[in-house]
Amino acid sequence: MKTCLVVDDSSVIRKVARRILEGMEFEIIEAEDGQQALNVCQRGLPDAVLLDWNMPVMDGYDFLRTLRRMPGGDRPKVVFCTTENEVAQIARAIHAGADEYIMKPFDKDIIAAKFQEVGLV
Amino acid sequence: MTPFDYDFLRRLLKDRSGLVLSADKEYLVESRLLPVARKNGLASLSELVQKLKAPGAENLTVAVVEAMTTNETFFLRDKVPFDHFRQSIVPSLLAARESRRRLRIWCAAASTGQEPYSLAMCLKDMGPRLDGWRVEIVATDLSMEVLDKAKAGIYSQFEVQRGLPIQMLLKYFTQIGETWQISSEIRSMVQYRPLNLLGDFTSLGPFDVVFCRNVLIYFDQVAKIDVMERIRKVVEPDGFLVLGAAETVVGLTDAFKPVPDQRGVYAPNPASGAAKTGAVGFSATQRLAANFGAAR
Repeated sequence: MKTCLVVDDSSVIRKVARRILEGMEFEIIEAEDGQQALNVCQRGLPDAVLLDWNMPVMDGYDFLRTLRRMPGGDRPKVVFCTTENEVAQIARAIHAGADEYIMKPFDKDIIAAKFQEVGLV
Repeated sequence: MTPFDYDFLRRLLKDRSGLVLSADKEYLVESRLLPVARKNGLASLSELVQKLKAPGAENLTVAVVEAMTTNETFFLRDKVPFDHFRQSIVPSLLAARESRRRLRIWCAAASTGQEPYSLAMCLKDMGPRLDGWRVEIVATDLSMEVLDKAKAGIYSQFEVQRGLPIQMLLKYFTQIGETWQISSEIRSMVQYRPLNLLGDFTSLGPFDVVFCRNVLIYFDQVAKIDVMERIRKVVEPDGFLVLGAAETVVGLTDAFKPVPDQRGVYAPNPASGAAKTGAVGFSATQRLAANFGAAR
């Protein structure tokens, strides 16, 4: 079973994402901010990361840049999932190493399509 | 809505659009047609039916047919047909049309434009391989309302996220407030025309590829066979027909035959009675099989 790290400071979003991704046969690990997510990744890299942008302590952008510099950090597929929907922000995320980008609000079909796009399903 | 009203609407929709509604689709009719009734100052579906039965109801009939035509679609829907299009169908046709350097593609149920624009973007992504080629994408739909939306090429944030990879969004769309508009370059690759598949479309052809996905499922068996056999007459002998995942020609007509290893892709069957012209040097199936082998 593939693992997906869901990183979001909103417990509601984490719960919604968990329900959708568990339905897609992913094992879910949750983190409330970028620093918690990094701690998880240092113990073991997930197959996928569903990543919010604006979070306390460490935001999604800084987490992604740090992840991509870690040994093996290029392997997890990272899908941003954020209310940041300006072209400049999307381009910045892709430049930092994101594989896909979801603009909130999202639904099951959008997550499934994006995960399929990056080869996770 | 009484059972008689529902029967009337079912007959009307079948006659005018080929749409077949089973007895359990009453909820769908109500959800789609109540807004049409209200827009026309009618309080209920029964009143709508009475109005449709009265003389001079042509515009209202068109509105009803348009509202019932399924328009659910998204970019690169189902992904696999577009992979076949990029990896096998187009390379095969580029080889076969080298001297003519012209490709004609028909999206037979274009809806709000996501499918023809997806094909246009796939072709654009092929870059210099299509330099010097004349490519025409003809996109048709029964509904004028959806064609107007398609021509504008403006989509909500929700719509662009359905199937469209983010790199393609950045490359081919411009953000306008909360919406996204596809580039004029991609829009100019597609010509839109209103068309009822139950009517005559002979003059549209010939085409190298026909995408007719997720529309025949709403037709009864007789209409399905009729449409597929008439499509056969506008497809080049070495061209292709692409159907939806839940559709097939098998068991309905021998006008087309499935292309091996290409789910949803069909080639004209030279042995069929519906075939218009004689065989060409290599069949589409042979060329695709060659491409498939080369890719592996």
